[in-house]
Amino acid sequence: MLVIKDLHAKIEDKEILRGINLEIKPGEVHAIMGPNGAGKSTLSSVLTGNEKFEVVDGSVTFNGKDLLDLSPEDRAREGMFLSFQYPIEIPGVSMVNFMRTAVNEHRKYRGEDPISASDFLKLMRDKKKLVDIDSNLTNRSVNEGFSGGEKKKNEIFQMAMLEPKLAILDETDSGLDIDALRVVANGVNKLKSPERSTIVITHYQRLLDYIVPDYVHVLYKGRIVKSAGKELALELEEKGYDWIKKEFED
Amino acid sequence: MNVACRIVDLQEEYIKLFNDQLPLIQSGSPEKMNSLREEAIKIFEEKGIPSNKVEAYKYTNLQPYFKGSLNLAFTNEAAHTDVTQHFHCEVPQLNTYNVFLVNGWFSAKDSDTNLPDGVVVCSMREAAEKAPEAFEKHYGEIAPTKEDSLVAMNTAFAQDGAFIYVPKGVVLEKPIQVVNIMTGDEDRLAFQRNLIIVEENAQLKMMLCDHTMSAQRFVVNTVTEVFANQNSVFDVYNVQNQHNLTTQVQGLYVHQKKHSNILTNNLTLHSGIARNNVGVIMDDEQCESHVYGLYLTDKNQHVDNFTSINHDKPNCQSFELFKGVMDDSSTAAFTGKVFVAKDAQKTNAYQSNNNLLLTQNAKINSKPQLEIYADDVKCSHGATVGQLDDEAMFYLRARGINQDESRVLLMFAFAYEVIEKIRVEPLKEQIRGLVEKRFRGEFDKCDSCVVCGQPGSNASCL
Ligand SMILES: Nc1ncnc2c1ncn2[C@@H]1O[C@H](COP(=O)(O)OP(=O)(O)OP(=O)(O)O)[C@@H](O)[C@H]1O
Ligand SMILES: [Mg+2]
Repeated sequence: MLVIKDLHAKIEDKEILRGINLEIKPGEVHAIMGPNGAGKSTLSSVLTGNEKFEVVDGSVTFNGKDLLDLSPEDRAREGMFLSFQYPIEIPGVSMVNFMRTAVNEHRKYRGEDPISASDFLKLMRDKKKLVDIDSNLTNRSVNEGFSGGEKKKNEIFQMAMLEPKLAILDETDSGLDIDALRVVANGVNKLKSPERSTIVITHYQRLLDYIVPDYVHVLYKGRIVKSAGKELALELEEKGYDWIKKEFED
Repeated sequence: MNVACRIVDLQEEYIKLFNDQLPLIQSGSPEKMNSLREEAIKIFEEKGIPSNKVEAYKYTNLQPYFKGSLNLAFTNEAAHTDVTQHFHCEVPQLNTYNVFLVNGWFSAKDSDTNLPDGVVVCSMREAAEKAPEAFEKHYGEIAPTKEDSLVAMNTAFAQDGAFIYVPKGVVLEKPIQVVNIMTGDEDRLAFQRNLIIVEENAQLKMMLCDHTMSAQRFVVNTVTEVFANQNSVFDVYNVQNQHNLTTQVQGLYVHQKKHSNILTNNLTLHSGIARNNVGVIMDDEQCESHVYGLYLTDKNQHVDNFTSINHDKPNCQSFELFKGVMDDSSTAAFTGKVFVAKDAQKTNAYQSNNNLLLTQNAKINSKPQLEIYADDVKCSHGATVGQLDDEAMFYLRARGINQDESRVLLMFAFAYEVIEKIRVEPLKEQIRGLVEKRFRGEFDKCDSCVVCGQPGSNASCL
């Protein structure tokens, strides 16, 4: 589904991704961990097409298409979704209008007619239930005045609305209380299918108790320096990153 | 009678025109209007059409726009009544009482039976008969004839306009919509003078919709005086929807009495050169004023909003918000004067002006001017100039929304705050739609009369 080969990306002459290799198959869950500033969010930004970063080398294919050739909106329509680490507030753009526009743009891309008003309301209702999000929130402007946890829930709500093929969850667990964490994780798990894949970026094992990864990767200084099964996350929780850093420097 | 004239030197020719046509100008106008003309033309003669050397007109040199070959109508034949027949309201929820003015002349209105008892809506030329006392008392007393040469020019030349009188205690449920149309086959200069009186405990919401219906060059000088008596509530929404060859200078001057609550909103959706003067005088305690504006500009359009709010008495509040979205090489200016008199203690005055520039070439001059002589006041002001937020753009695009659509969403998000201030629900809806269309580039100033659906096929458009 996603094949990343020797990906290099920079911002303002600073190389942040320094040769990433990663392959994700349909249905797989990959966790990416690593110390602050390692480049995890940069990788998500580059994959989703944020023009702030410049790709200097490497290739990425997504379901056979050259991903780097696509605009951010086309990547989304092809089924890529990013749950942002820091969701942005957009006062004046209502959640309803935002979601209706997004859903319809996806439908248009697939050659379908715009969703009917009643179907849209039903869809909203169902997905709100799925992630247990307060109706008051979806009646407001996008993320405006939302608490940290509410913003994260809202990301998962949007994911549920758009049903992506590959979801990248960038620290979706940070800022969530224990109940919200469970709800969000359940939301993610309910969307799981043999066709859908997930990249979970996190610092904590906690989330991985709910969303169980098939692989755990450690990103450090712009490279994946270690990959293993889910037990790696436990080991990291216990021992921290020092031993990996040391291994890498050696 | 129509007079075609060629203006090269401004004052000289305008003064000559005034002197030559004085008998016609006076004919049929109320005495009060005529009695102020001589003094007004002297003031105009002295000051002339402002260039950008005049401080208040620093960002808009009007002289070139008042020059050239222009037609003036000194009798109401310019009020082509046939034009107004094409107008019909296509917003069923927006049930308004309609008044039409063509080229500055009162042309048509809905039947008086649709108005509550005692409410007068008529031509300025009939005002002295229909509401003699109020007309005598307020005409020419609110607009700053001595300070502003364009008001002086209007006072000297204007022969017609809309007059609205809402007597004590009457609350108009239906908004009154005054549709101002510029049309005809000649380039034209028009004067229009309106007077609105809202008496004690009365309420009026009105729209002033400015349109152009033919592709000629139009120069419009409009002055609207408003008297808001004790406990009155008054809203005016000025929707400007004119083609690029239009120059419109208009003044909206409001005089407030105790406990009155007024709102002005200048919605400049499309224009050529627009200069909007808004002057509010709170001359009694416990007045509240809301002064808002939204300007959307592109190509080489220019919009200059010049506001002045006077807190003359204690315990008054004013809220001012102007926002602009500017594209291409359009320019705009905002001046926000707030004057707080020495004994106007406990004044609250808030002002802000925010601008979104879509290109490097668009330009805004924003100038707050606070003059505060009282010591126990709360005043704030702020001006911002920004571009579209890249992060917000990316967020929207990352959800599959294309770049153009994302831009529209963000521009609309920027503008919506001013639209939300509209206190007439169906109008708010309508303006929302029009602003969105404007941002999408689908806005046709000819086929979408702002409030009434104006079929474009009837007019040749620019
Ligand atoms: N806009 C930017 N300008 C300059 N440097 C940047 C910018 N964005 C990110 N970086 C740098 O890129 C590096 C990687 O940042 P990134 O956000 O990808 O880290 P991360 O692995 O997600 O960290 P965290 O765990 O703290 O979220 C950091 O050194 C960061 O300072
Ligand atoms: Mg990060």
